[in-house]
Parts: sequence; structure tokens; C-alpha cells
Amino acid sequence: MAKDALMDYDKALELFEPVLGFEVHVELNTKTKMFSHAPNGFGSDANTNVSPVCLGLPGALPVVNEQAVRYSISLGLALGCSIAPSSRFARKNYFYPDLAKNYQISQYDEPIAFGGSVDVELPNGRLVTVSIERAHMEEDAGKLTHVGGSTGRIQGAEYSLVDYNRAGVPLVEIVTDIIYGAEADAPELAKAYVATIRDIVTSLGISDAKMERGNLRCDANISLRPRTPEGEPPAPLGTRTETKNVNSLRSVERAIRYEIQRQAAILADGGTITQETRHWHEDTGRTSAGRPKSDADDYRYFPEPDLLPVQPSLELIEELRAALPEPPAARRRRLKAEWGFTDLEFQDVVNGGLLVEISETVAAGASPAAARKWWTGEISRVANVQGVEASALVSPGNVAALAGLVEDGTLTDKLARQVLEGVIAGEGTPQEVVDARGLAVVSDDGALIAAIDDALASQPDVLAKIRDGKVQAAGAVIGAVMKAMKGQADAARVRELVLERANS
Amino acid sequence: MSEISEEQVAHLANLARIALTPQEISSLTTELDQIVDSIAKVQQVATPDVPATSHPVPLANVFRPDVVGETLTIEEALKNAPEQADNRFKVSAILGEEQ
Amino acid sequence: MADIIRLTAAELSEKLGSREISAVEATQAHLDRIADVDTDVHAFLHVSDSALDTARSIDERRASGEELGPLAGIPLAVKDVLVTTDMPSTSGSRILEGYMSPFDATVVKRSREAGLVLIGKTNMDEFAMGSSTEHSAYGPTRNPWDLGRIPGGSGGGSAAAVAAFEAPLALGSDTGGSIRQPAHVTGTVGVKPTYGAVSRYGAIALASSLDQVGPVTRTVLDAGLLQDVIGGHDPFDSTSLTDIWPSMADAAREGARGDVLKGLKVGVVRELSGEGFQAGVQSRFDETVALLQKQGAEVLEVSAPHFEYAVSAYYLILPAEASSNLAKFDSVRFGMRVQPEGGGTVEQVMAATREAGFGPEVKRRIILGTYALSAGYYDAYYGSAQKVRTLIQRDFDAAFAQVDVLISPSAPTTAFKFGEKLEDPMAMYLNDIATIPANLAGIPGISVPIGLAPEDGLPVGLQIMAPVREDARLYRVGAAIEALLEAQWGSTLISRAPALGGK
Repeated sequence: MAKDALMDYDKALELFEPVLGFEVHVELNTKTKMFSHAPNGFGSDANTNVSPVCLGLPGALPVVNEQAVRYSISLGLALGCSIAPSSRFARKNYFYPDLAKNYQISQYDEPIAFGGSVDVELPNGRLVTVSIERAHMEEDAGKLTHVGGSTGRIQGAEYSLVDYNRAGVPLVEIVTDIIYGAEADAPELAKAYVATIRDIVTSLGISDAKMERGNLRCDANISLRPRTPEGEPPAPLGTRTETKNVNSLRSVERAIRYEIQRQAAILADGGTITQETRHWHEDTGRTSAGRPKSDADDYRYFPEPDLLPVQPSLELIEELRAALPEPPAARRRRLKAEWGFTDLEFQDVVNGGLLVEISETVAAGASPAAARKWWTGEISRVANVQGVEASALVSPGNVAALAGLVEDGTLTDKLARQVLEGVIAGEGTPQEVVDARGLAVVSDDGALIAAIDDALASQPDVLAKIRDGKVQAAGAVIGAVMKAMKGQADAARVRELVLERANS
Repeated sequence: MSEISEEQVAHLANLARIALTPQEISSLTTELDQIVDSIAKVQQVATPDVPATSHPVPLANVFRPDVVGETLTIEEALKNAPEQADNRFKVSAILGEEQ
Repeated sequence: MADIIRLTAAELSEKLGSREISAVEATQAHLDRIADVDTDVHAFLHVSDSALDTARSIDERRASGEELGPLAGIPLAVKDVLVTTDMPSTSGSRILEGYMSPFDATVVKRSREAGLVLIGKTNMDEFAMGSSTEHSAYGPTRNPWDLGRIPGGSGGGSAAAVAAFEAPLALGSDTGGSIRQPAHVTGTVGVKPTYGAVSRYGAIALASSLDQVGPVTRTVLDAGLLQDVIGGHDPFDSTSLTDIWPSMADAAREGARGDVLKGLKVGVVRELSGEGFQAGVQSRFDETVALLQKQGAEVLEVSAPHFEYAVSAYYLILPAEASSNLAKFDSVRFGMRVQPEGGGTVEQVMAATREAGFGPEVKRRIILGTYALSAGYYDAYYGSAQKVRTLIQRDFDAAFAQVDVLISPSAPTTAFKFGEKLEDPMAMYLNDIATIPANLAGIPGISVPIGLAPEDGLPVGLQIMAPVREDARLYRVGAAIEALLEAQWGSTLISRAPALGGK
């Protein structure tokens, strides 16, 4: 694979305006599949979560999962969409071995939700409203494993194996309108948009929303439009590419940046962009050409004759609307005020994706400041080192408990970090770790006084200095005491007691 | 009137994944042309004011509760598979060598 | 004891109930008959090797005092379009040769639960595409009335099986007449129930919005008994109706007994007569009309102006849906696989498999359907056809505002000879002109024998149609006409069929 020529990003932005569009697929976390009662599960043995419907066996028929419809309506409402009084399913016909029936049941001209918008906040504080064309229900395909060849990729494989466990998992596809005006923020907007969708579906509780598992998948459409001098009409839209296989927030940002640089280099060189699918490669940080779009993409959509229209009652729509959680943007504004964080502090939290963790930690009894300190500090540091999500390390309840132990003086900050290490290592709750490791601050003055007296006795010169009023000399004694107490003492209290004993 | 070409039939055969022989393409072109000619008359009465009917007996909101039901055993799932390996359905390479 | 195989299912039911005949005897008699005549008729693609075991268990259950349904112990032939766990299901196609379904079609499951003895799978046009069974990949079925003629299609196997006394009951599927037209040409009874009255789950789909499973029998009452078993709501089929249905058998009994024809408003569809209708078919039909009038029915001519577009609309909708339904036959999960010479990509394997596995009619319709759905043609063809569907429904609504039932000959001609229409697809398609409108509108229809055409001595059927959900009305009227005609003839029509296999 030849390396693409890339134009400097700033230079690309000088010459071209990036035009974006996203298709985000959200896997719903229903118990069963979209059209079959087979379990919607992750990680089962191959071809065990399948019914005749999932395998497209002769005679099998689909039946719509009611919960998936409710989730889709909720998502549509959360995206500010109108819910169609009548929507219907359609067949999208194309042959591919992961598609059991060789058609995908989707929605075409009558999606369940249409015409919404979401507010997306960028790291630089800019607020962009992304308008949503539609959100529609469809089914996922099975999973292909490519065998033979060196890479495990489709290229060069000798044969492929198909597992239909994922076939029929309910999806909602969210399609944006064309997004203009992102300008240099295009990569950040892409990332923030997907993060916003993730926040929405997480707050609704309708998806596990784990990008690395493919619960949330983003196809990014991007084209470049040459800038025209002011006063002249804008140039027509450029040819777009659709980048797929982008399975982390960071990759969304990188892939968009890459495509802008790649397309700009081609266009500036007098070349043309091929309308095609581009595959993002996490390892190399590049995209590669997939199938070109052509008239072979004639999907021959027609209304799915095995299924009936979905006509949600106004009562149902209002019931689901009433149950909607607060929209993420509004929630952020509220939480920032409630917690009293500075802009910078709050941005830190948002960028770290720690809103949920912190609010749950506060709900569990910690102060907002303490919750923020732990999550954006030590926990994020460890997560970074281990290469995992902070939320995967420790529960908000345990963080609140840890903060509580510091608050009431049981632990010093330093001790608390050791306790956290124990909690992350799976040794139990903070209290259990404190007990097991014997890490609590020694608050028994008797034990401290004994240690202080020992230290003073062994350092008579220091004692003399203290008595002469050279209070700063006490540091050496405090250090010796803390060492003797294995750090499990409150240094301030030790200092108080040292001065008291020295002068007594 | 419909004038279906052999190229068109070849394209349709490709969409439908049928490796028609040249003779089949040729005879189907003739037949299809005649059939399409005689059935194209639906357009005469399908005026814009007439709604389309996709289901003969109108129903709506036919749903299934989100409850797990019986699934196939791995043996049942694979028993008709032309080829299998590793409890999966085995197929030839998806891309050809030139791809 | 009367010859077991010549008993109707209702008669056999009584003798089984009184233990005059055992299920094993009934089953054995039909297996023997199959052995005697099916080499000639070729109604069956597969004969069950477990039928006698099933029959034995029914006898045991009856002996132990268990209360069994009316059809327990009665042999049933099943069209090969319906999937079965104990016999292969090929839908008449080479591509599914030997396919063993891991589940039973709902109608099969219900038949088993009612104690019916599945005796075999019947022949059909490949994927139910055809009106003659000449398109079966496994060779045609022959009409028991004349082995040189077609038994109708696509369900020629089921119709021939009951006409040849190889089974008293059979299951069929009707997408554009595949139950009613074979009944017409074999002198038997066939019912296409209201769309959604009988589950389609496990019926290998041809055109999902048109397909309907129904009974194939020698009498109207037998058809009613079978529809009572297979009908009713099925949560596995989204298009299945949740209605509580009256007993169709009771409706048939009521019709045969009483004077349901008196005051009945009967509409004769003007567009389903005249040009293209064989003289003997028309004359038997006209005689039946006269008979109805004599019985006090009020017969009036009604017009269905859009029926002339029905065949066209049908041959757009059916291929379109079929082209999609048949895409699953791709050699990945089941069915035939053909490796192109020198290997090939999965795409090439699929294309080679479908080229080798599908017959000419299936390919023709898949290509036609692909065309009708493809970009740029959808509105002109598929979209327009769906509009014609609305217009035909309106024609029916207007007609049923005036009359209780509509009647027509079930098909324009009697059984034609093999090969007669094979080279002319449009002529074959026009053979379904009378039956197609009911599928497009979802209404129920029945074909009952009304005599033999004078010119060729072959059976003619009367089609009766009723509004959606009024299946019981068909059984009442159908049984009344059947009773009148049999009284007139002094016998059943089928008893006049020539002997087969030396019997």
C-alpha cells in the first residue's frame, strides 16, 4: 500500500473548506435481536446466539422487537427529532456473506425519526449545532473472520469464516445533514459529535456504547470545497469519501484530519477524489481505499413485505418523552454551576469523559472538588499508564468512600493513593484495603508521643534548637517520626505534638 | 417499447448474482422485453392520486416482547452448511487476487 | 369395508373414531396407493419413512382413551414449499436438494399436534413459480385425469395426490392461484384463505405479500376440517391475523345441509369470462350460475374494471419480492454450492451456484424482479403495480358492497398438455388471470369442481371469492354448490376420474 501524500493541515484549511457528514450506528442493548428472539449478547461462542431468522433459513420470518422500537423512539426524541406517525421497514438488497438473507432489513423512505439537532461542545468552548436528518432502525450483520494471508485482513485471505451471532442485533443509524462551517475544528467536531451521541445513548441506557466493541460505530463522510474569493459564489461540493472502521473517539478525530490532508494533497496536485469507502487503520493512522461506489450499489429498496408499519401512539411518544433524561449539554451547564468548577476545571472533566463518574461520586457523598481531584488526577493517571478507561478502574462509590476517609482524617493523601492502588488491584473497598494493609493514620496521640520522645532523645541538638525558638528545626524530628510511623500519621498533628513535647 | 438490452440483462444478472451464460442472456433479453412490454400497462392507471398498497390486509404495530426464546444448537445451525470450520460457515476468499 | 383410500377425510375420521379402521391401516392403504400409482403420477418428491410409526402412536393414544382431534390418524401430504424436520424440503429446486430444516413450518407443527400423519412431500414448480409443475427441478407431476396433461401449478403435486387418492388431504400454498388452479384442473377442492388467516412461518417464501397456505382436498368439508387445524394466529408471522375464526368445517356442514343459497347475492365478474375462456369451461360455469338462480340466489353481473391490470401488477410484484426472497440461496449457510472452475471469490461461487441451482423460470423471474426494483425503474414498475393493487382492492370493495360472494371460472382452460405453454411465459402467466386478483387483494377464494368440459372431458372448477375474513362464507356456499351438484350427478366428480395403475 503506497503512502498517501498529505498536505500540511493548516495549508489545507487555507485552500479548502471541509464539509462533513456522519452516520453513527448505535447497537441497542435489548435482550433479544431486532427481528428474532435470539439473545443479543456479546462474546458467546460462534453461531450459538442464532435462530432460523438470524441465519435466514428458508421459511423463517422476522417479528419486530417492541423494546427496540421504544428505544429508537427515545433516541429520536433525545436527538430532537420528530417521530413519524407511521414508519416502515424496507429491504436493502445486496449480496455479502455476513448478511444472512442477502438483504438487510432497514428503513428507507419512512424512518422512525427525522429532523432533529444536537448541540456539540468543542474543547475550545465553541458550540456547534449539528442537525440530524434522520434516525432509523435496522439490523446488524454477522461477523467475518479472514483466514490465511499474513494480516488477518480481507486482502490476501485464503477463505473467510462467518459467525452470525451479531446478525440481527438492533441498530439505530443516526444520519446528520451536511455540516458546513466546521473549518479547522472539523476533526475535533467529529470527535465531540460522536462523544455527544455516546453520552446521549448512555444517559438513555439504551446502548453499551463501547466503541471498541463496535456498539457505536461512526462512518465519516468528508469532502473538500475549494475556497473562492469573497463576493464570488461558493464552489460546488467536492467528491466525498466515507471513512469506516473508526472505532475510538481518538480515531474519529485522527481519521478526519488524515482525510482532509490526503484529499487536499490530491486536489492541490490537480487530481480528483474517487468516491469510495476508506478504511481507517488504527495501527498506521492511515486510511486505505475500499470498494469504489458505483452503479453496482443499486440496493433495490422496497417495503419489507414481512413486516407492518410502526405507528406509535401519541401517548407512547409522550410517555417516552417524559421519561427522557436531561440532555447532555443542559446537564453539563447545570453540573458546572452546581459543582462550582472553573471553566478550566470543568473542561478537564468533560475532555476526560468523566462527567458521569464525577456526578455518581458526588451522589455517593463526596465533595465535587474531591471527586474531581481523584478522577482527573490519580485515577486518570493510572488509566493512562494502563491504557484503559478510568471508569473501568474503580467505581464511583469506592472513590467517594476514599474521599470520605481522607476527609475524616483516617487517611492522608499519600496513604489514600496507596489505598486506591489496592482498590484498583481488586483488594476490596477502601475500608477493606485500609484494614488489610493497616494503612490508617495513627491518631492515637500516645503512640505518636512515644515516637516523638524517642526522636527528640536521639537528637538532642535539634531539641535544643527548638527550645531556642528555631521552630523550623522541628522538620528533622517530624521526618523521623513519620518514618517511624511508616507514614501513617497526620504530619500536622505530629508537628503540633513535637513542639508541645519539646517545650514541655 | 421497453427495449431491454443484453448489457442491461447482464448487469441485472450481476446484481442478482447469477452467472448467466451468453445464450441465457440473449434469450432472456428477448423474453424480458416481451414480458415488460405487456406488463408495463400498469402505468396507465397508476396515477399520482392512487396510494400504493404493500400489504393486502392492513395491520400496524405488530411487535414481539423482548424476551429470549429458543435458539438453534450449533449442530442445527451448521448441519446444512456446504462447508464449515471452527463452528463457523466457511466461504471462499471475498476478494480476488487482483484486488 | 369401502376402499379406504376413496373415503373422504370426514368419513375416515368417523371410522378412525369408531376404531373400524386404524391409523396404521389408513396410512398403509395410502402408502400402498402411492407405491401403485406414483410412478405414473409423480405427485411426491419424498415419501415419509416414519408415517407408519406416527400412525401407530396415534392408534396407541386412541387405545389408551385419549381424546383426539377429528383428523388424528389421517394421512396428510405436504407441499414441498413447507419446511419439515423429518423430511427434506426443496421447494422443487435443485438448489435445496436434501435440505433438512431444523424447524417445522407452523402449519406442519399444528398438523402434527392434531395427529395428522405426514405421509410425504409433494411436487411443485420450482419455488412455486409456475402453473403446471413443469418447472419442478425433479420432473413434472402428471394429471390423474390424463397423464399427458399438467396437474396445474405450482401445487400440482398436492392436487394430484388427493385426486389420485394417494392422500385424502394435502397442504398447498397459493401466491397467484397455486392451490385453486390445480384444484380446477384435477377436479378437487382448493382454498386460498384470507391473507393472514393461516401462518406463513415455515413456508419458503415466494412473494411474501401474496403467499398464503391452505388446504387441498377432495371435498369442501375436508378443506374446512384442515383449515380449522392449520389456521389461527401465529406470533412467528407478523402478518398473521389475530382474529378468532369460526369453524370452517361447521360452515361447510351448514352449507351442505341448508338453504344458504336462497337469497344469496352472487356477483359474476364480467371481466373473468368471454375471450380467452374455453367454451366448455364457460358452459359449465353458466350452468352453475343457472343452478344458483334456480336455488333462489340473486345473480348479478358486476364489473371489476381494473382486473385487466391484475396479471401485469402481479408479474411485477411477485418477481420483485421473489428476487429478494430468493437471495438467501447463496451457498453459504445451506443448499447447493458450485465451485467455479479454478476456484473463485465468494461472489463468483454464489453466482455459479445460483446459475446451476436455479431453473430457467426462476432465473427469468429473478431478473425481471431485479429489473422492476432497480434504480430508475421502481416508480414505473413496482410502485405502479402497488397502486394497481389499491385499485383492485377498490374494485372488490365496490363489488362486495353489492353482493355476498363473487364467482368466476377458476381458470380459463382445462388442463393443458405438457409443453403447450412452456415456451411462452406470457401465455402461462395468463392462465392465472382468474385467481390473481384475490391474492392482490388478500381476500379468500375457493375452487370447487363443477363438472367436466364437454369438449375434452376434463374437470372445470368454480372459483368463489368472499371479502377479507369471510372464509366461512366460502365454505358455506362452496359446500352448498358441491352438495347440489353431487345430488344432480348422483356421485362425486372425482369418482369419474379414470383408473390409475391398473386399479
